[in-house]
Amino acid sequence: MSLPLLLFFVFALMAVLGAILLIVAREPIHSALALIVVMVSLALLYVLLGAEFIAAVQIIVYAGAVMVLFVFVIMLLNAGEEERTNWSRMAKYVGVPLAVVFLFWVAHWMAHAAVGATAGYAPGETFVTPSMTADLSKLLFTTYLLPFEVTSILILIAILGALVLAKREEKS
Amino acid sequence: MEFITQHPVLVVSLVKIAVLLFVVMTALAYLTWFERKVVAHIQSRWGPYYVGAHGLLQPLADGLKFFFKEDLTPPASDRLIFTLAPMLALALALTAIALIPFGPPSIQVLGQPVFIVSNLGVGLLFLFAITSMGVYGIALAGWSSNSKYPLLGSLRSSAQMISYEVSLTLSVVGVVLMAGTFSFNGIIQAQSGAIWHWNVFGIRHGGITQVVGFLCYLIAAIAETNRVPFDLPEGETELVAGFHTEYSSFKFAMFFMAEYANMITVSCLATILFFGGWLSPFPDSWTWQFYLPGALLLLTGIYTAFDSFVVLRGIARIQFAVFTLLLLGGGAICLHPAVAPLIQGPFWFVSKVFLFLFLYVWVRGTLPRFRYDQLMSFGWKLLLPVALVNLIVTALVIAFPWLGAHG
Amino acid sequence: MIPISYFLVLSAILFGLGVVAFVFKRNIVTIFMSIELMLNAVNLAFVAFGRAWGQLDGMVFVFFVIVVAAAEAAVGLAIVITLVQDRQSLNIERVNRLKL
Repeated sequence: MSLPLLLFFVFALMAVLGAILLIVAREPIHSALALIVVMVSLALLYVLLGAEFIAAVQIIVYAGAVMVLFVFVIMLLNAGEEERTNWSRMAKYVGVPLAVVFLFWVAHWMAHAAVGATAGYAPGETFVTPSMTADLSKLLFTTYLLPFEVTSILILIAILGALVLAKREEKS
Repeated sequence: MEFITQHPVLVVSLVKIAVLLFVVMTALAYLTWFERKVVAHIQSRWGPYYVGAHGLLQPLADGLKFFFKEDLTPPASDRLIFTLAPMLALALALTAIALIPFGPPSIQVLGQPVFIVSNLGVGLLFLFAITSMGVYGIALAGWSSNSKYPLLGSLRSSAQMISYEVSLTLSVVGVVLMAGTFSFNGIIQAQSGAIWHWNVFGIRHGGITQVVGFLCYLIAAIAETNRVPFDLPEGETELVAGFHTEYSSFKFAMFFMAEYANMITVSCLATILFFGGWLSPFPDSWTWQFYLPGALLLLTGIYTAFDSFVVLRGIARIQFAVFTLLLLGGGAICLHPAVAPLIQGPFWFVSKVFLFLFLYVWVRGTLPRFRYDQLMSFGWKLLLPVALVNLIVTALVIAFPWLGAHG
Repeated sequence: MIPISYFLVLSAILFGLGVVAFVFKRNIVTIFMSIELMLNAVNLAFVAFGRAWGQLDGMVFVFFVIVVAAAEAAVGLAIVITLVQDRQSLNIERVNRLKL
């Protein structure tokens, strides 16, 4: 069991436990914290795959900004509702077993996909090129320039939309 | 012994982490002493002088106090998050310090660099990732206290931190453009050569002075660490005590330590990004500078010797005599020609960080507090546009080198 | 050396757990968070494939997914705030009428 494999299992276990905690937690704030754990463990998995830049971006944007937004909304709305649903019989006896079967089928199919041959990751080896940031940005600004510009307009629209929606409307 | 030679990375990393943790915790404790002394002298009084010589054992007394105080938990609070928030804040603050290089990577033991705990290709970006997670400590602390004042204080503080984070990262991108890399070693390497190559002066080929970026960074960093003049959310006369009202004893001490650790991290970043990190301000050909650390230690040892034999009395005299012996011994070791070149990097790094910490404490003792709306409008309406303009000008100079300085 | 299929299996498991959370939870904000979980699982698959084939395009796609998810979270949570102001409840079973 080499060190990268051991680290993979540790981080994967962390991610799966976080996801299970998200489902099982009673308070929404605990679910939010569980999701942050999932995101951080995924960022560590990205580092294990050699994509350090994407790992840093994931933590800065996703875990450090989007989840802060979630936590703020939960805190401000005082979303303290504890949810206990009584699952319907259909869900209990048909839904969950079918979901588990489906999950195992997808996992089996993925595990035996043709991709399995290549690409492990030796310790100390980084991704394809040493200057990943430079190459990534070259790709972003040449081949994918149109999606890049469209995404920036999308963010602008999102900011304006959020501002308009969250402003308190004056009831006349 | 074979274990050490077969797993050099693991063993050397563990030793480095242990040493760094010990050094940082001591530095935190004595930073509180330093701040109280300096603020006191600014305000024409003495500060701690009773516990130990010159009040030097005051941090120890404070630590004992925190240890023995009663640990209260508000009854209706969320216990898990209440305990988790200060631990998260302290863990993140200490993790950020592990990314910082204290000396050149060429000094190695068993093939591993001694002064650098971790060397990431995107080190700067990871450091910003860790500081951006620091918002959680404060937000969760305020919310889990289940009380009005902490919640308000924590929301204000989190909003302030998020706002100034944007300006913080933007003001640094000019440095990254000039160095061409995110890694700390690369940024320091780009500033090597002479003192005017440092990023704050920026007089090198294809470079422009980053003084605007430096000022933006400094202001944003003071706001980011919730220090005066931006400490409205946690000031003693505002909102009771802000987000840590309901915390007592050790949890409060963890928040306290997290704030000072953040201060140290931000000062280290300022020296690395703008002032050349562990590079010496003198040219490398001036070899007399190798004896500077040893000479400084010896001079301090002579001063403490004078103090212990002439001025102090009693236990303080014994304590300072021990101190004198340590300083003189350390100074003699540092003057040895085999040791002197090795400690050059850390010596210059620590001196520059110390100057920045002094600047922090000086600002704290001098300036009054910002009002919250002044604070937010300053961050968004002044600091962010200035950082953007700095970025654009630097990018123009990089793209057209004839616009910038030469040589 | 870690086979890339391990990462894909993990991505499938996380996606499945996200779907379970999406279907069985009643709090709107928690449902949003399960959407983010599903997007994260997809990101992992993208990075794993990018690494397997040695192409940086996978990373670019992850970049865009993160940005779009951030925009969607902002607008979605603004809608949630408006809904809560109207109905004073975060239970998704109360959101059963089109008119606000």
